[in-house]
Amino acid sequence: MLLEIDDVSLLYGRIQALHGISLTVAEGEIVALIGANGAGKSTTMRAISGIRPVASGRVRFDGEDITKLRADLRVRRGLCQAPEGRGIFPGMTVLENLGMGAYTRRDRAGIAQDLDRVLELFPRLAERRKQHGGTLSGGEQQMLAVGRALMSRPKLLLLDEPSMGLAPMLIQQIFSIITEINQQGTTILLVEQNAQQALARAHRAYVLETGRIVKSGTGAELLHDPSVKEAYLGVA
Amino acid sequence: MTTVLERVRSGREAAGERWRGAPRWVRWALLIAVIAFFYALPNREFYQYLGPIPTPGANFTQVMFTVSIYVLLAVGLNIVVGFAGLLDLGYFGFFAVGAYTVAVLTSPSSDLKTLWPWLLAVPVAIALTMVSGVMLGTPTLRLRGDYLALVTLGFAEMIRIGAVSSEFLKGQRGFNQIPHPPGQYADGRPVFGVLDARPYYWLVLTVIILVVIGVRNLTHSRVGRAWISIREDEDAAQLMGVPTFKFKLWAFAAGAAIAGLAGALFAGKQNFVNSQNFELLNSIIILAAVIFGGSGNIVGAIVGGGLVAYMIERFRGIDLFGVQLYEYRFLFFGLVLVVMMIFRPEGLIPNRRRAAEFKDRRKEVTVGE
Ligand SMILES: Nc1ncnc2c1ncn2[C@@H]1O[C@H](COP(=O)(O)OP(=O)(O)OP(=O)(O)O)[C@@H](O)[C@H]1O
Ligand SMILES: [Mg+2]
Repeated sequence: MLLEIDDVSLLYGRIQALHGISLTVAEGEIVALIGANGAGKSTTMRAISGIRPVASGRVRFDGEDITKLRADLRVRRGLCQAPEGRGIFPGMTVLENLGMGAYTRRDRAGIAQDLDRVLELFPRLAERRKQHGGTLSGGEQQMLAVGRALMSRPKLLLLDEPSMGLAPMLIQQIFSIITEINQQGTTILLVEQNAQQALARAHRAYVLETGRIVKSGTGAELLHDPSVKEAYLGVA
Repeated sequence: MTTVLERVRSGREAAGERWRGAPRWVRWALLIAVIAFFYALPNREFYQYLGPIPTPGANFTQVMFTVSIYVLLAVGLNIVVGFAGLLDLGYFGFFAVGAYTVAVLTSPSSDLKTLWPWLLAVPVAIALTMVSGVMLGTPTLRLRGDYLALVTLGFAEMIRIGAVSSEFLKGQRGFNQIPHPPGQYADGRPVFGVLDARPYYWLVLTVIILVVIGVRNLTHSRVGRAWISIREDEDAAQLMGVPTFKFKLWAFAAGAAIAGLAGALFAGKQNFVNSQNFELLNSIIILAAVIFGGSGNIVGAIVGGGLVAYMIERFRGIDLFGVQLYEYRFLFFGLVLVVMMIFRPEGLIPNRRRAAEFKDRRKEVTVGE
């Protein structure tokens, strides 16, 4: 397993946001995490990327226990998150933002290669390479956040709602790009409100409810599960 | 109203564009002319032709020395506030640590009786301020939010109260006969004497130039990128693999070291250091100067520090209908700041990134409404 989370709990002050969740991601997979607002999806991502310390439980990545490892050192091991709400650097240009994605890397040739690849995946970013991040449209910022995370050449890419705030056309596009990235060899853990799309694209998925995993299975299984249909797919 | 403002703003942006678009040699020539101007400035033969620029109520050369110290401090604080985005309200405390270190090590009034020469005490002063910066930063920089502002504020007050009341730091009586920097003319007269402030000013000016070159190189490196990313979004910086705590601590320590150097230079000129030199207000003035000039921009910090320190002194000795303007200097200063924050919150000479960050924030505000 590339990523194994075992019985992880997380507290915000006295509020418990995660109640002992366990999940796994195998190499090469797209795994989706779906759930209602406030279910703890972003919190799970924070626990994995290390931006928030866990209260108990263990996180293993690539065969090693990283539960206590600092967030920036996790990036060096190949774990990179595109944060929710975009989280791009507003005062940096598109190119500088992408450069920050490669902050931990020193292999110039490899970085240049990945830059070409990202600009190919997102032609919109290529057109706007000199523009400041803060002046991009919401959708463009979303693409930039995904592209920037790719620049670290992660083994595991964590995407927190990459389709948030995008027009239907762009949602399609970003999901195709996610599939393409995955086919090029990057494992992906994906948080999505857009459960329909996410389940259709994912190999496996977990359903999160108030800080607990309540269901898991292959994407197709969950897509046809009656309770999932009712709660997340808007079909009675 | 807005159209006038817009026009002024676009005019300034055009000036910025022209500067960036100018050929290299033009920029170098201008830069050298500006530097030459400031080296020439404290000579009476030069400044007597400058109309209202020399200060009526104070020795202009002395004023220029004070201004240069403030500029150096603004350049240092700009690293902390402007680049790394850390709110330091007690920056002058580090200046005090630098000045007192020199005083304690060199003055005959000191209990230590080490009587070191000035030059030997300078690296110790820098090292000690850096250490105090690290000690102050280590517990506080891990925390987010306003803790740092409070702790630095407390630190500066602690230093001041310590200076006032501790026997070791001599309170109001202070330390006297602090030695001057070394150096002699061919005829045996010391370069750094008591009467002429010019050599001290030139020394500080030279230090400023060296520090600015150093800071510029730093900001164009990985370190600078890390600082800017932390300022813009600390979580995102960490998610990109930037060791945020380490770089915040570095910025804090580098800023402290520059303040310590400024304090050592000040003590070497002043000959006398006591607790009255380190009022809390000074920390606020420098912070205001950095923001006024355009936080995040080295040129902005220089202009801000210079203008603010100069304006305060410029009021001295001006009598308007029987009112001493100097008494009201901080009122004017406050008014200018308020007007400035309303019409140009990014400062006089903003960093282009900072301007984009402000735009982004404005957008967020309007979205939230
Ligand atoms: N910094 C915080 N401090 C306190 N509580 C928090 C904090 N961040 C999140 N929470 C709480 O933790 C719970 C889970 O939040 P989380 O952001 O993980 O939800 P989510 O599943 O990502 O929701 P959404 O779909 O709306 O993004 C929520 O009840 C939220 O209010
Ligand atoms: Mg969320």
